[in-house]
Amino acid sequence: MFADFDFNVIWRSLPYLFREGMTFTLTLTAIATVGGLILGTLVALMRLSSNAVLSTFAASYVNLMRSLPLVLVIFLFYFLMPYIGQWILRADAPVQVGAYTSTIITFTLFEAAYFSEIMRAGIQSIPRGQVMAGYAIGLNYREVTRHVVLPQAFRNMLPVIFTQTIVLFQDTSLVYVLSITDFLGAASKVAQRDGRLTEMYLFAAVVYFAICFTASFFVKRLQKRISIIR
Amino acid sequence: MITIENVSKWYNPTFQVLKNCTTSVDKGEVVVVCGPSGSGKSTLIKTVNALEPVQEGVITVDGLTVTSMKKDLPKLRSRVGMVFQHFELFPHLKIVDNLMLGQTIVLGRSDDAAKAKAMKMLERVGLTAHAEKFPGQLSGGQQQRVAIARALVMDPICMLFDEPTSALDPEMINEVLDVMVELAKEGMTMMVVTHEMGFAKKVANRVIFMDAGEIVEDAQKDDFFGSPRSERAQQFLSKILAH
Repeated sequence: MFADFDFNVIWRSLPYLFREGMTFTLTLTAIATVGGLILGTLVALMRLSSNAVLSTFAASYVNLMRSLPLVLVIFLFYFLMPYIGQWILRADAPVQVGAYTSTIITFTLFEAAYFSEIMRAGIQSIPRGQVMAGYAIGLNYREVTRHVVLPQAFRNMLPVIFTQTIVLFQDTSLVYVLSITDFLGAASKVAQRDGRLTEMYLFAAVVYFAICFTASFFVKRLQKRISIIR
Repeated sequence: MITIENVSKWYNPTFQVLKNCTTSVDKGEVVVVCGPSGSGKSTLIKTVNALEPVQEGVITVDGLTVTSMKKDLPKLRSRVGMVFQHFELFPHLKIVDNLMLGQTIVLGRSDDAAKAKAMKMLERVGLTAHAEKFPGQLSGGQQQRVAIARALVMDPICMLFDEPTSALDPEMINEVLDVMVELAKEGMTMMVVTHEMGFAKKVANRVIFMDAGEIVEDAQKDDFFGSPRSERAQQFLSKILAH
């Protein structure tokens, strides 16, 4: 049944697919994960804060981001960011941001909302007695958060964080709407240039599956290794 | 050392947990707080290092007013040792690191000094061999002894115990009480919420009996066990000492 197919096209385009496409996909995943985690932790702490302004702001941010489709956010930020940049920098004209930078910022902000919910659950899962014990030996709020709450929360949440990162890795393919050459974008470009749509998309599917399935496998192993003995 | 004056606390406008409580603990004194569940004894002891805020009244520790303190509160707390019912060791840290955390961060001791102190206190509670283990690998009694050591490494001026043996299996209660008796004999100022009347009889100077948020009885140990004045304390004692 594969008689009409030319799988050689895959072999020929491998350097382009991986050196350009996969490199961007992985870079975007890495930056959005790290940035999203840092920002998400801050948002989670704000949301749990007793300060009503902070917690309302954080809650609104999370709800807004989680109520919009990612594709829409990618589009919206791409068109809005030059104006936001202009407003922040008080420039005369809209600031040229570019599709690459725009998607990196978008994904970081978008993932921050999801990571913050994971972090919030993680922080809330730490028993109140642990916080009390931290205060009792003389730690202040920041020290209790840093040395008692967050290390435990991170450990509890690590498998969920990695799973979310795997989802993020797949979601990065949505940058095709801005014609960016991520892995799927690269495959798509070759597919259309050479008229080998089936072969290229099939190959892309195999690669995504192989990476995500392997990653999930390791997350499961990690989960067993790091769980805290209680 | 500790004074509690006219302290009242409400959880919400309708539920009052502490009703105008007044008492004190002198330097070197061991005071046992007892009473039925929900009488507010745990809440009272937690107000001493401001883990529970109060709406009315004044609490002082070593001459410092806890109830109006803000910035210096952590520093004061570091000098008041506290032991919890559920141990509350930090499960992600090794035993020795549990004992070093407060020393290095709050007291600014070097790692070496903190570790030496930690090992000294572990030796004291008989757990040197467990220094490199995690809390989850220890029994309840061992964990509680570590928790006492964690408080002692901070060189506390007084110690608060909030039902330290209530979560323990019966065969482990004594190993914890032994450490506490030892401490009391050395002259540590202690405020102990407990149902262990044997411990109270052995080392307490005074016994406070609480019921429904009130300090019903505050008497010398012999007076309390000999002839409790209030009917509620008599009932409580007859129930708890029946077996």
